[in-house]
Amino acid sequence: MNQLDRLRGSTPAKRHNARTIAALTGNPGCSRRAVLDAAGVDKVALASRIGFPGNFGQSRFALARGNAFEAMLKADDCALLRSVLDVGVVGYHDLGADSDDTLGARHERTRGLLASATSALIDHPLLTLEVGGQTVFLEPDLIAFQSEGRLRVVEIKSFAIVDGQADSAAVSSAAVQAAVYVLALRALLGEDRVSHEVVLVCPANFSLQPVAVVLDVRKQLSTLRRQLSRLSSVSSLISSFPPSVSFDLALSPSTLIESLSLVDARYAPECLSSCEMSVYCREEASGATAALGRSVRESLGGIEEVSVALDLARGAVAPAPDQAEAAALLRQAARLRAEALS
Amino acid sequence: MSTLVALARAQAFEAGRAQPIATVRHLHVHDRPFVLIPLAMAGEANAPLAAMVGTVASEPRLLVVSQPRNRDERFAFAAELAGQLVPYLESFAGETEAVPVDRGRDVRYRFVDAPQVWVPNSGGVDFLRLLGRSTRFRRVDGDYPVPPSVPLLGRWLTFLAGSAEMPGSALFPTTVQALMLHWATGQSGAEDNHLGSLLAWIESGAEAAREAERGPVAGPATDPDFDNHVLTPLIADADPGLPKVLHDLLLPTWAGMWRALDLLRGLPPGARVASRWDGDRDAYSAYVQHLAEDGAPQPRRDGAVAAAARLQRLENAAARYAVQRAFDDPLVMAEYRLAGAAFGGVVTLAAPDRVDDTGKRPVLRPRIMVATTETVRVEAGATLTSPARPAQKAKVISVTATATGYDVLLELSGGMGRKLVAEPGSVPSVGETLLLTTLSEAYRPGAAFPEPADTPWTHGGPPTEP
Repeated sequence: MNQLDRLRGSTPAKRHNARTIAALTGNPGCSRRAVLDAAGVDKVALASRIGFPGNFGQSRFALARGNAFEAMLKADDCALLRSVLDVGVVGYHDLGADSDDTLGARHERTRGLLASATSALIDHPLLTLEVGGQTVFLEPDLIAFQSEGRLRVVEIKSFAIVDGQADSAAVSSAAVQAAVYVLALRALLGEDRVSHEVVLVCPANFSLQPVAVVLDVRKQLSTLRRQLSRLSSVSSLISSFPPSVSFDLALSPSTLIESLSLVDARYAPECLSSCEMSVYCREEASGATAALGRSVRESLGGIEEVSVALDLARGAVAPAPDQAEAAALLRQAARLRAEALS
Repeated sequence: MSTLVALARAQAFEAGRAQPIATVRHLHVHDRPFVLIPLAMAGEANAPLAAMVGTVASEPRLLVVSQPRNRDERFAFAAELAGQLVPYLESFAGETEAVPVDRGRDVRYRFVDAPQVWVPNSGGVDFLRLLGRSTRFRRVDGDYPVPPSVPLLGRWLTFLAGSAEMPGSALFPTTVQALMLHWATGQSGAEDNHLGSLLAWIESGAEAAREAERGPVAGPATDPDFDNHVLTPLIADADPGLPKVLHDLLLPTWAGMWRALDLLRGLPPGARVASRWDGDRDAYSAYVQHLAEDGAPQPRRDGAVAAAARLQRLENAAARYAVQRAFDDPLVMAEYRLAGAAFGGVVTLAAPDRVDDTGKRPVLRPRIMVATTETVRVEAGATLTSPARPAQKAKVISVTATATGYDVLLELSGGMGRKLVAEPGSVPSVGETLLLTTLSEAYRPGAAFPEPADTPWTHGGPPTEP
């Protein structure tokens, strides 16, 4: 039993997927998220165990549409997918469904198939990626298209592209996820065999008619590489924890909160839309200027605490030498605000 | 975010109540607004699920699509929405007033009032923009005909969504943005996007706001839990109870939007709000005329020339709106004072009758000295204006540092009558407190753009399609 398993306790590990790896790039300074993800802790269960459940469900309607769109593309031996990708007659290999006991075998078959360099559409390949000093299996919901020895990631998404434009948040998260797959494929096959251009297949306008667009993910790739290299320090961070730190869900909420408080979080309001622990972190960060938004903290001269900022604005405390500039700004702001409101 | 707004957020956090960040109301609030809360089906590309609409707080009208994936029902919904919204939009195309143009040489007409449609948040605007896109090209004949009101609704929605992008326009405002313009809460801007939470900060405080977070969403996206546990069985069984459930879901948002309107009406309007509404009435009048004459739907994408012209209009509107808000509201102006783009001071010397006779004709150029304790980041030669005398320009002659701040010597021109003696009160007198700023309300002429047929090759050349 290694250190990470001990942190997680008796529950089985949550596996990484492209989404969790992509989320690591959202708030790279947060050790708490990095540690919990590295240990495979079920964050949804942990958050509700300590009494701060988030709301991260996915609507059944959205799932149904996503599945319907994918099924439509793959029907009749991928007829529609072939025509939208314009790939002609190539083989189609489905490497099978999500299951824990076939991981090793599926990974071997993936490796063999990809290495063979035959032109083919390869569905559900099982990839591995080095994350925080751990080798994790990735269950990509993707098709790799192999042609003339080069691989391209094909990602099927069900958000609509209307008049050549789509929701920017949806596109950027799709791009980051695709970049994760590119990275994992490159780790397996080498840099030059996998294209940095990925193909996004989405419904066009208001129909279910598919359209394929090419995205360049070089920027996302370099961000990911940087974040992942940073994460390798997680192992050393974990080894510095006192032995009492554990996120075993069988422990009492108060013990769990004690463990959490020993791992630094970097809360920002953006976490609320992406991290399962965010409601707890928000509670914990209450009173910090950063909890009001990163821009608020910057506008308050980088002062960390709301109460300190207000005291400085009132002139109630003498500023520390490094706060002098911020204090002058805050006092002036408070004076102007009071004058305008009087 | 400006330091003043950040400070107000910190104060709101400490007080547990929202704090004002404006002393006047910066947008026109209609006497007879149309409130519209759209609700979308998750996953689908712009499938309406329901809408609560109306012009009277006590009479919400609910439109429901019982099978949102059915396209016929979608367009039936659009026709029903058109039946509510289009008569309201057209009801202002009646009485007109004459507006002099070209320095009084000509006259044009505009309607004396215009519609105002409120949605809860910017998601609502985006949803209706897409609904406009999906309906404005529909044919009333051919294979899949729709009622004539459907493409008309699409055109109107596209017009409204376009005006929502125009800074300072009040034709299609959102409640969340209108409230955030006037109050700062003790939470982040991201959390403010929840209308219930934002309203609770203003009306009752921090604790109520946390409570409201768990309350119903203001759409257009629904809560996944609601989808999975409530909506799925109702839609699957075509349950007649669906309208009741959706009515109960939307009613708190409906009530909140009307309370927000009352909150906004409680603020005194800024002096320049009416002139911006005049601009909105111009836009409305022009679009009514377009529909009457030609009625072609807006294109899918603007051409290069049209897009450039539109971008410039938006930029001008944004600059004008920022200046007007600062001139209307000392609390907004305070942000510019903090940044050094404006300063307040007291007139210590005044030569109101000074005449400059070095040129061909003698001209009235009074000089005043203003002493200020604030930071002055202007240099000699800069032109300043004062919100109290917007027609008057003050040229900086010199800035001298003193023991307490700065002495600024200014030469005035304009806004003093046509004689060589200034009209009484038009020159600031000794002892008067004065605010001076580099912001200017001066008219910005539009740039010249080529005809679409002369689009340069750098911008794709002349458009090929008609």
